[in-house]
Amino acid sequence: MDFEMPQFALALPEIWLLGAACTVLVVDLFAPGQRRGATFALTQLALLSTAALAVATQWGVEGTTFGGHYVADAMGALLKAAVTLLTALALAYSRPYLEQRGLLKGEYYLLALFATLGMLVIASGGSLLALYLGLELLSLPLYALVAMDRDSRRGAEAAMKYFILGSLASGILLYGLSMVYGGAASLELAAVAEAAAAEEAPLLLLFGMTFMLVGVAFKLGAAPFHAWVPDVYQGSPTPVTLFISTAPKVAAVALFMRLLVDGLGPMHASLQPMLVLLTVASLLIGNLVAIVQTNLKRMLAYSAIAHAGFILLGLATGTDAGQAAALFYTVTYGIMAAGGFGLITVLSRAGVEAEEIADYGGLNERHPLFAGVLLLLMISMAGIPGTVGFYAKYLVIKAAVEAQMLPMALFAVVMAVIGAFYYLRVLKAAYFDRPGEAAGASAAPLTPGASAPIRALLLVNGAAVLVLGIFPERLISACQAALGL
Amino acid sequence: MFDGWLLSQIIWLPILGGAAVLAIGERSVTAVRWTAAGVAGAAFALSLALWAGFEPGAGMQFVERLAWVPTFDIHYHLGVDGISMPLVVLTAFATLLVVVAGWRTITYRPAQYMGAFLIMEGIMIGVFAALDAILFYVFWEAMLVPMFLLIGIWGGANRVYATIKFFLYTFLGSVLMLLAFLYLRMQAGSFGILDFQGLELAAGAQTLIFLAFLAAFAVKVPMWPVHTWLPDAHTEAPTGGSVILAAITLKMGAYGFLRFALPIVPGASQDLAWLVIALSLIAIVYIGMVAMAQEDMKRLIAYSSIAHMGFATLGFFVIFQMAAAGVGDGALMALTGGYVQLISHGFISAALFLCVGVLYDRLHTRRIADYGGVANRMPVFATLFVLFAMANAGLPGTSGFVGEFLVILGSYQASFWYAAIAGLTLIVGAAYSLWLVKRVVFGPVANERVDGLQDLEGRELGTLGVLAAAVIGLGLYPAALISVVEPTLVALLEEVSAAPTAAR
Repeated sequence: MDFEMPQFALALPEIWLLGAACTVLVVDLFAPGQRRGATFALTQLALLSTAALAVATQWGVEGTTFGGHYVADAMGALLKAAVTLLTALALAYSRPYLEQRGLLKGEYYLLALFATLGMLVIASGGSLLALYLGLELLSLPLYALVAMDRDSRRGAEAAMKYFILGSLASGILLYGLSMVYGGAASLELAAVAEAAAAEEAPLLLLFGMTFMLVGVAFKLGAAPFHAWVPDVYQGSPTPVTLFISTAPKVAAVALFMRLLVDGLGPMHASLQPMLVLLTVASLLIGNLVAIVQTNLKRMLAYSAIAHAGFILLGLATGTDAGQAAALFYTVTYGIMAAGGFGLITVLSRAGVEAEEIADYGGLNERHPLFAGVLLLLMISMAGIPGTVGFYAKYLVIKAAVEAQMLPMALFAVVMAVIGAFYYLRVLKAAYFDRPGEAAGASAAPLTPGASAPIRALLLVNGAAVLVLGIFPERLISACQAALGL
Repeated sequence: MFDGWLLSQIIWLPILGGAAVLAIGERSVTAVRWTAAGVAGAAFALSLALWAGFEPGAGMQFVERLAWVPTFDIHYHLGVDGISMPLVVLTAFATLLVVVAGWRTITYRPAQYMGAFLIMEGIMIGVFAALDAILFYVFWEAMLVPMFLLIGIWGGANRVYATIKFFLYTFLGSVLMLLAFLYLRMQAGSFGILDFQGLELAAGAQTLIFLAFLAAFAVKVPMWPVHTWLPDAHTEAPTGGSVILAAITLKMGAYGFLRFALPIVPGASQDLAWLVIALSLIAIVYIGMVAMAQEDMKRLIAYSSIAHMGFATLGFFVIFQMAAAGVGDGALMALTGGYVQLISHGFISAALFLCVGVLYDRLHTRRIADYGGVANRMPVFATLFVLFAMANAGLPGTSGFVGEFLVILGSYQASFWYAAIAGLTLIVGAAYSLWLVKRVVFGPVANERVDGLQDLEGRELGTLGVLAAAVIGLGLYPAALISVVEPTLVALLEEVSAAPTAAR
């Protein structure tokens, strides 16, 4: 076998980020000060420059390198830009929060950077092996991040649950990969696709696909593989929850697109019933259980399960339009979730976690601007027009109607109405209750603990939900172009 | 210089003005009030300019069309015809009234109150002016948010229950309409509402689409049995919220029938007309009787609203039982009557809710039993209140008479029984309206709190006086409205009566 020199230039974003992460590691060792200003600045710079690189070098490019293990294409570029920007947003929100609790360590940034690298590898994975590598590179730092707060019993419990269930899911996924490898006799997705397109695809591939789907559904937090979501979302430090709920979701969709569309796409007819099942379960469990939650983080966790259901519905259509819709949904959900958990982060101070819904009683009276941001985020998650959440749901439902899945579309819109209820409950607390009136609210009224720039960032995040809701064209056409539409 | 953009101005001026009012915040109440009044007044002036520039019978006018989301062929497409133009003017008028009526009475966060009303005004006018189905849906749903907040923040004791119920009820109805739009778009290849109207759909699809429309519009009208959100919402809402709900929001459901259900799926409308007619008649008679049993003034007016809206839907759908028989005149009469009823009910219900607001601001109770003999202390108020109650009962010479009379006359040509049952309302409506007046206004002074009542102040007299003029004006000279609407309704009728044969 001849050895070919790989085209390193194609993989520039990953290589750049790896170099940047190593630089941050070294700088952090020697940088003075408790506030980690240099580390923070370098990390943000690394993430933003990687996003720019991904778009500049890979948008509109079609190419493979490293012997087919690495794919550079428009979809990858879009996913990478989304992942890096969401990570940058998450890290910006987390700084004051972690600082006030003595959790601001250099490791935090490094773990996030390496997790991001893992997500980039997934977004460009061209073979079963590369995808698994990326997934593990993503997962291991996440486990550590959840356990960041060593003194928190909840955090330790959450980390343990996440680790055990996550490893199990990884194992199942790996098992599936091995079967697919056995069936297709190749690690490369292109070869897998050829084997899957054969007249009589081997049964082994079908088995492998099922196992792989379980692994992906776990990462996406879709029911019935959602058991970790509420505990991890609630138990982690809020900035970590913010991080987990945004960028890794995009990575999970990337994993799906690579494994089950680029790879086993020809077998979609067998995949679709399973996806429909996951969709139904996620929408039902997420929406119904969220209604009874009193903790905002936990409620948002169940709402994340419900949103995963919508994403899966887009993927279940099996059409390019549906996949573009799922992509759009994931990215916009990332923006909304970043805002939601960002708001919790901003309104928390040392000693006061703004976690209970009752804590938000009378928010409008004290901080009308934050209440306004909360309003925008909640109605956007509920899918009310004028906000970007509407277009996210609209695209998915439109794709479902066009793919002759009318009953599923009907089910999804009805579940969206049920979902609106618990978002309204949060608004009820913020707007209709007087401060401290509700039972279970902590005695101290909420006061923003974050510095002015971070508060401004939150306002921008809220405004983004509105602006993208009124002018969604750019983002929609980018998602369509990523799918080659 | 923005001559071609009049509709956009009427929509966006209040929305941006509302944002400005929110930005002023609670720093200066005076600035908030005057800004809000200025914006509402300017919007009303613009809407009058719209009326002045409107040519009856010239189809869609003031059309604006821009690409909005070109990837999905969604357009920012506005325009008004005879059906929508009066509703635009009514919306601007009602908002101005509400802003003035809330001048002093709203002391809790006035900036957010005024801002919400102004933003809602723009959105509601958008609903009436939208000619793109998705644009229509965006406005239709976005309206829920300010109303949700208005009822929830400034409402009565049971406000949270009422507002969440209102939100979820209307949300559920309208998502089904969105699915219908998506299906129609696949058939028509465009989201243009006018393009939908030319479609020839299979009977089965028509029925499903009609049912989806019915779910959305019947909840909004509201028709029996999906009316239960309305008494709660109207009762708990602040006075201004009740006025907007009754005067404008309910009209959106009726407007939806005229704009979507009748012209897009005429075949199914014809087949299922019996259903709508039956529901309307139940609303007219049964809900009228329910109104009689109420002990809360606002609840009584809320139920009476449902009964009156039943007339509008009866007028719209009874035409299908006549078009077949070839009685064109009766159909036009019923349709016109239903439409006049919309506008007239907008004036009368707004006035009645404002009257209750006047009393509530003084005694902070809505219970009928807490009042009695108000006329002795508030003679001017009592005069106006009796006038509006009479109009509500359909007294000739008031606007309430015109709509009901035309509908009853028209439906007589379809069936004697429709007219007979609908005619019962003249008895039932008079009964609850007059009994309300008797218990609240007449008789001896009931208690010392009533004894201390002060008559109307200038601002209240102004709002109620303008409404009284409108009620009497429309009652004496309905041609002012009918001449604007009739050409559009004739065209609609032709389309509807031509279509069923083509669709089958």
